[in-house]
Amino acid sequence: MEVTLNVRRYDPDSAKPAPYYQEYDLEIDETHTVLDGLIKVREEVDGTLALRCSCRSAVCGSCAMRVNGHAVLACKTKVRDLLHRGSTKLTVEPAGNMPIIKDLVVEFNVFWDKIRAVEPWLQPQGVPPQQEYIAPNEDMLHLAGVMACIMCGACVSDCTVLEVDKHFLGPAALAKAYRFVADPRDDAEKSRLGKLVQYGGVWDCTRCMQCVQVCPKGVDPMGRIMALRDRAIENGYHNSNGARHAETFARSIKHSGTLDELRLPIGTFGIWNVKEMLKLIPLGLKAQMRGKRPPIFHKAIPGAENVRRIFEKVESKR
Amino acid sequence: MTGSVKYAFYPGCVSRGACPELYSATIEVCARLGIELETKGMQSASCTGAGVLQEKNRRLGDTLNARNFALAERTGLPLMTICSTCQGVMAQANDRLTKDPDYLKSINADLAPEGLEYKGTANPKHLLWILLEEVGLNRVRARVTRPLKGLKIAPFYGCYIVRPSSVLGYQEHPERSDALEQVIQVVGAEVADFPGKTACCGFPILTINEKASMKMVSNHTLSAKDAGATAMVTPCPLCHLNLDGYQPTAAAQARKPIDLSILHLPQLIGLAMGIDAKALGLNKHIMSTQKLVSQVAVAQ
Ligand code: SF4
Ligand code: SF4
Ligand code: FES
Repeated sequence: MEVTLNVRRYDPDSAKPAPYYQEYDLEIDETHTVLDGLIKVREEVDGTLALRCSCRSAVCGSCAMRVNGHAVLACKTKVRDLLHRGSTKLTVEPAGNMPIIKDLVVEFNVFWDKIRAVEPWLQPQGVPPQQEYIAPNEDMLHLAGVMACIMCGACVSDCTVLEVDKHFLGPAALAKAYRFVADPRDDAEKSRLGKLVQYGGVWDCTRCMQCVQVCPKGVDPMGRIMALRDRAIENGYHNSNGARHAETFARSIKHSGTLDELRLPIGTFGIWNVKEMLKLIPLGLKAQMRGKRPPIFHKAIPGAENVRRIFEKVESKR
Repeated sequence: MTGSVKYAFYPGCVSRGACPELYSATIEVCARLGIELETKGMQSASCTGAGVLQEKNRRLGDTLNARNFALAERTGLPLMTICSTCQGVMAQANDRLTKDPDYLKSINADLAPEGLEYKGTANPKHLLWILLEEVGLNRVRARVTRPLKGLKIAPFYGCYIVRPSSVLGYQEHPERSDALEQVIQVVGAEVADFPGKTACCGFPILTINEKASMKMVSNHTLSAKDAGATAMVTPCPLCHLNLDGYQPTAAAQARKPIDLSILHLPQLIGLAMGIDAKALGLNKHIMSTQKLVSQVAVAQ
């Protein structure tokens, strides 16, 4: 099978360091992975190509990079599976959201700093148990899904918020935070959540699902972030725009069956947050001029009482 | 396909609230394409939860979606949506409901007092996919009276119609991955391809981290313009709210003029069908579409 690997190159030691793309034409086997292709380039065509890899079997997490714009483990991705509609070319780039050291190798400090920031160790309180702590089976089975993380950074590479705000803790670190918040042996849930509801924490995620889509281990970072939000509200952290948004949203649907868009910002910021409310006015006015503003008197759907009944019933089950 | 097709129409909250122009444009375009819309039987449908409700209580979201699906089943018609977010949230809920019969049974117990039961047959589809897979782009092409020659349109999908691909049928329907590009070409325009087309518009964090949200808006619109875009098209009204409604704020933050018209999917098609700009609600946007509309008229 003939393929062309279009690789983004960057050499900091060159006379004028600037990224560029270089194409490599290869003859590879149908079963070959992107990593097989890259290793072939390095060993047979161009020894200057820099890349990271070790296990070659999706275990060590070294080989995350972008192929055709999305983060993958190069060793877990068959070239054939990414060639659509007769195309024979793949574009290979380093992982995103981390500084590039050389070619496909990125600096992982950004990743580890965030993992460290969530204090990824058990923090029990009280007298240490005499024997080992026996954790309930189902709790640990549930956590095994998060512990499956191999720290490859694919999620961090493609996170849409990290792209615009370096302060965000990001999917891998927040998933790791969940792993400790939800661990029955940990007693620091409340203080951990108190930090996680701050700027850069759980409420800053856009729910774009990039991390869910690209994670090679099914960790579902976004799902863990949503679970953290829920736990934060349960632990009494109502006082953030995110928490108020979620609660106002639910209230609107509960009472009318649909979303009351006009009331949503008021509920989110709090009616007394004059600064934020004022900020809404210019858009609101413009929208009104163009007949775009949501109706002031939000009409309930016919049969809204059925929706209310479902809310009461399902919420009481928790 | 010949003759007309009929769908149980689920417009979603936004097309009945902040983006009424999407609703009217859909009605106009569907009428011309022979897509009949059943609205009556769906009147008591609720919000899908938009993923926000699901973060608080997934079961609650699934129950509300099961209820909407049951209402659609009662009409005997397939379900059509016009919002990427509704599409995604419905597909995720449907996946959970249909792969676990015990779960469905327990959810149905909560629908029973209303006399509803979800049998698991709904297959919610966005208008975009219906055009591709059921109406056929040939029919759209046949209705184009005013090809959008000379226009370069950037596609913007919205997260929920793209991810997670495992529950959105991309395996069985690989053509969905460039559905918007296909529509853009069918109406006679050129595609302005740019890297952010499947990224997030930033709307969900607008009230939480406005700066980051605005940066997403300016990044996407500016990179679309770099790719030569005269306008952008989206099948998601929430993306439209941010990309259109907040574009002035984003431009101010970026300290750069942007001025990119953002169209809803049926508005783009309607323009090419020669439907009046006002009937399509093109005058109801925050970013003016006047230049674009006159460009289309001049090209005639
Ligand atoms: S869902 Fe949240 S954490 Fe995951 S990639 Fe998107 S913004 Fe980042
Ligand atoms: S969560 Fe998944 S994608 Fe992110 S670092 Fe862990 S294994 Fe990699
Ligand atoms: S080389 Fe170890 S995960 Fe790819």
